[in-house]
Amino acid sequence: MAYMSEDTVEHPARTPVARPVGARWYPTLDRIPDGAVVAGVCAGLADHLGVRVTSVRLAMVLLATLSGAGVLLYAALWALTPSGAAREGAAAPDGRERRRGMALAAVGLAGSVLSIMLTTATGLNVMVPVLVVALGAGLVWQQYDGGGRVAPRSVVDWARVTAGATLVVVGLAVVVLGQVEFAALRSSLLAVLVTLVGVVLLSIPVGLRLWRSLEEERAARIREAERSEIASHLHDSVLQTLALIQKRSDEPGQVLRLARRQERELRQWLFGAGSRMSSGATTVAGAVEVIAGDVEDAYGLRVDQVVVGGDGPVGEVGEAVLGAVREALVNVAKHAGVDTADVFVENDGRVLSAFVRDRGCGFDPEAVDGDRHGLARSIRHRVESRGGTVAVRSTLGRGTEIRIEMPLEGE
Amino acid sequence: MTDAPEVDGRASRVFLVDDHAVFRSGVRAELAGQAGVEVVGEAGSVAEAIAGIGRVRPDVVLLDVHMPDGGGVAVLRSVLGSDPGRVAEPARAPEPTFLALSVSDAAEDVIAVIRAGARGYVTKTISGDELADAVRRVADGDAVFSPRLAGFVLDAFARAAPGPEDRGEPVHDPEVDSLTPREKEVLRLLARGYTYREIAEELFISVKTVETHASNVLRKTQQSNRHALTRWAQSRHLD
Repeated sequence: MAYMSEDTVEHPARTPVARPVGARWYPTLDRIPDGAVVAGVCAGLADHLGVRVTSVRLAMVLLATLSGAGVLLYAALWALTPSGAAREGAAAPDGRERRRGMALAAVGLAGSVLSIMLTTATGLNVMVPVLVVALGAGLVWQQYDGGGRVAPRSVVDWARVTAGATLVVVGLAVVVLGQVEFAALRSSLLAVLVTLVGVVLLSIPVGLRLWRSLEEERAARIREAERSEIASHLHDSVLQTLALIQKRSDEPGQVLRLARRQERELRQWLFGAGSRMSSGATTVAGAVEVIAGDVEDAYGLRVDQVVVGGDGPVGEVGEAVLGAVREALVNVAKHAGVDTADVFVENDGRVLSAFVRDRGCGFDPEAVDGDRHGLARSIRHRVESRGGTVAVRSTLGRGTEIRIEMPLEGE
Repeated sequence: MTDAPEVDGRASRVFLVDDHAVFRSGVRAELAGQAGVEVVGEAGSVAEAIAGIGRVRPDVVLLDVHMPDGGGVAVLRSVLGSDPGRVAEPARAPEPTFLALSVSDAAEDVIAVIRAGARGYVTKTISGDELADAVRRVADGDAVFSPRLAGFVLDAFARAAPGPEDRGEPVHDPEVDSLTPREKEVLRLLARGYTYREIAEELFISVKTVETHASNVLRKTQQSNRHALTRWAQSRHLD
């Protein structure tokens, strides 16, 4: 293809782009499905040779007029070159370029047909069916080409496959009916059929084994992907935390906090499937976990939480109750003088109840100071404005328990 | 649970089963200074544990839930046989009692060891004092409910109970399958972090009665019909 060298003007869009990962060190010829009018052969060739697509297409058309050499070359390249990965810079052809490409393809095809007819004196009665079959095959090939997307999805895909198949069948039928006497056909047709059945029967085990090994390979790939995901997760979380703990081994408070946080994250990762609904909404159990985690991080208060019936969505009244739970926990952290608290949240279908309990210093509810009064109010306000009740029980020296109950009717 | 009753005379002989040697030595050290508790052996695998328990004949086995080769459930099945109901009667206890000790958060696993015969479940973050109390308690034939276990059991029974939408299904032996309101009350208080003594005060009953309720709940969890709890386990997986 030396005659193309006169046209080696570097197209800005064709400057070599970074090769995708896994590319070989030497330049390879890939088809470019993104730049495709038919199958991306010309675009790939142009990219590989560093020339403009249009010149490659023109060359193909010229070759096609040499008794269809261009068409054969195109088909061969289509079949033998891999479909390259999508690349930046190889933008999909716009409407004008696509139309021009289509026109060139049509010209090439027509040229090849004409040249074959002229040089070999073949009549239209042969050329037309061959052309029809080629078109149909091209359509179907295009559908099943690249991307691993074997099953047709959209209406357009189906239309394309159907049209292609119809063209092939019609073309072949015309060839067969036009050339062969039907009476002589029966026995040979039967022979072909029997042979086909035999081949199918014999090839079943091979096909099955191929299918099974493919399945196994896929399963192995999935396992490997999972393993590497777990490894990277552990590296990003657990190993980092362990490194931090080693560095801060002289600060027990920090170490404790790091360990608790890591434990929580890991639990969330391992068992956290129930923390979100399939719709993406946070469940009550998940929300309580988040609240407990926030308070632990912010105040160093260890929260032991127990949730019963907590796999429904939080909902509006749930927000109110859980907001109150958070306030109550912050209260414990600030005033109770202890470093642990128990939280119990239960949804029995009718009532959402929450209990926050500590074994701290407690207080006399009759003689509360302003700050505490205010907070109790913010808890009360959230819950009571939505029809719930709040009870505070506290004994000096034995701790405090806040009980929240919210009817769930109307949810 | 600082209000465990005093053990009369003899110290409880404890056997540790955990596949982490570091954790075993930690528990050993924590229990070393505790009165009424004596560690007499340990094992790092299911097979070792079964052999060791048969040889040493301990009173209490502290059992890890998650181990290779079947975990705590495998040890329980092998030592107690397939009928966990037997250990509900501490009077005939030539076999040891089991206390599950785990970091596991998966409710199904915890309920599984209880159903296989463990008398209680505590998490590994428990303090040495609390652990010693729990050991003394199971040695006495009581059940040990950490708040978390109480929550799991409440959840299990709430879901296993036939809901309004499937009334058509036959209800299996309601006597075994459901908890009494009082038992639910006790479980809720346990889940809220109350000790047995605090529950007794709250409900104006004796600590002994609370212990009886706890034991009954444990027995019901162990004996409740397989079908109902299977459904519960499935519903957890489907969510």
